[in-house]
Amino acid sequence: MSLSIHEVRKVAQLARLELSEADLALMQQQLSAILDYIDQLNQLNTDDIEPLAHPLPIHNVFRPDTETPSLPVEEALRNAPSRVGDYFGVPAVFTDEPISH
Amino acid sequence: MSLIEKTASELLALQNTGQLRAIEIADAFLSAYAAREPKLQSFMRAPDADAIRQQAEAIDKKRNNGQPVGRLAGIPVAIKDVLCTRGIPTTCSSQMLEHFVPPYDAHVIERLQAEDAILFGKTNMDEFAMGSSTENSAYKASRNPWDIQRIPGGSSGGSAACVAGCQAPLALGTDTGGSIRQPAALCGLVGMKPTYGRVSRYGLIAFASSLDQVGPFAHDVRDCALLLEAIAGHDDRDSTSVNDPVPAYTQSLDQPVKGLTIGVPKEFFGQGLDSEVENAIRQALKEYERLGAKLIDVSLPHSPYALAAYYIVAPAEASSNLARYDGMHYGHRTATKGDLIATYCKSRAEGFGKEVQRRIILGTYVLSSGYKDAYYLKALKVRRLVKKDFDDAFQQCDVIMGPTTPTAAFKIGEKSNDPLALYLSDVYTVSCNLAGIPGLSIPCGFTRSGLPIGLQLLGAPFTEEKLFRIARMYEAVTDWHTRRPQL
Repeated sequence: MSLSIHEVRKVAQLARLELSEADLALMQQQLSAILDYIDQLNQLNTDDIEPLAHPLPIHNVFRPDTETPSLPVEEALRNAPSRVGDYFGVPAVFTDEPISH
Repeated sequence: MSLIEKTASELLALQNTGQLRAIEIADAFLSAYAAREPKLQSFMRAPDADAIRQQAEAIDKKRNNGQPVGRLAGIPVAIKDVLCTRGIPTTCSSQMLEHFVPPYDAHVIERLQAEDAILFGKTNMDEFAMGSSTENSAYKASRNPWDIQRIPGGSSGGSAACVAGCQAPLALGTDTGGSIRQPAALCGLVGMKPTYGRVSRYGLIAFASSLDQVGPFAHDVRDCALLLEAIAGHDDRDSTSVNDPVPAYTQSLDQPVKGLTIGVPKEFFGQGLDSEVENAIRQALKEYERLGAKLIDVSLPHSPYALAAYYIVAPAEASSNLARYDGMHYGHRTATKGDLIATYCKSRAEGFGKEVQRRIILGTYVLSSGYKDAYYLKALKVRRLVKKDFDDAFQQCDVIMGPTTPTAAFKIGEKSNDPLALYLSDVYTVSCNLAGIPGLSIPCGFTRSGLPIGLQLLGAPFTEEKLFRIARMYEAVTDWHTRRPQL
């Protein structure tokens, strides 16, 4: 099945990836080839088959609701791209002005 | 045989009898790293020589004082750069995590430290474990020690190259669709993907959570069993980690399986299989017959569809797992100022390489409204059929055998512009991950041009012990595992 450029653009937007026009075109071509390959699954009749999301029977695992130490602030912030005091620094959401201190 | 060419078990024995010190082992492998790294490019960064030597000296001291030491005392173990190591950069070979230093250790790292293993650096990989050659690393392509013009396989290619190239006797990799078994086969090593749930995924940076599993690379079956024994077991920080006792794999290794029945699926010997690889596999099967095993035909009728199902399930899970990289708490953030969405889109476009972007987009597409039933749900149904094929086959046989890969190692650059061609190199390995069963690759010969060939052994869930015993039967009468490349 082939994808249109419009569809690739929309999916890239959903995936929060900025792609150039050239990248979009290449992606369209490569994804279409992969989807063509994937389409062979339609040769199989799976009407009465239960989907299998996980190889093992999994069940909820509970633990006692007890307090345990969490990551110290300094360690939690060590990998932050931007830091403001004891917080993660992020671009302002409601204005165009980035936060500055 | 020089020190660096020995197995971990041999190095342990030499230490236990007082003929070798951990510091000598550390120095030998540090020298091998320095001498061979320019050729092999196995590692992301140089192993920390000071930390390694310090650790080795501490182990020698323990031994001298008569204190008990762990099962891997003084043995260097290289770590795929997808496993979190506290205070040591962990990049997944991605620009996204270029500066990421984990504040905690993965469960398997804690287990290695508890056994006195020496953490010997972080190995190169395909970015976020997506690939089959390490060419998708954002930093470098690792080389196959048997022919440095060729790929070592992937995604755990750096781990395979460093063990095959004798820069470390053992390494950890991860396997989501073949990423341990394929490079093990292409580099002439023993590599295992354990049963899903056998090894904790805590601290393993997620690619596809229902498929990912950590496992060992080694020169021979005993070393592989030794390393799995150390890392397997329950961990309550991974809710899919199974709470069953870990058998002493190394103890039962030399007991052959009596009345062994080997299932040979015709689907693994079809179009696309290289004739030299096929011959080597047929020879290995004959060797098993000579050892008293019975070969039977089994059918895995849905295995030809496993790859297509895999390339829906894995990207779908990846697109969800990799949504966490938003450039806010850690990871790359774009320098370009913009609003929230633009910051996300730019950070991710700059931080992720092309293959990762391709899989995120594919995964997003197959999960998107209007397509989810046709693709994702369909793939999950096929996944059940693939698993049922194995369940049925294991009613008739102890193990399924076939090639690990359709061809020996290909040349660097040969498939890098054709993602689908590259995906096809996983054709024999992905069904094992979909079904959650254990898989082992062992060396079973070389092509005329001297490239290793791997035999794949697949077992029912939690039969790792039996797989090791079966693999050892063949290894005991062959010498492929004793060969080392000229470097």
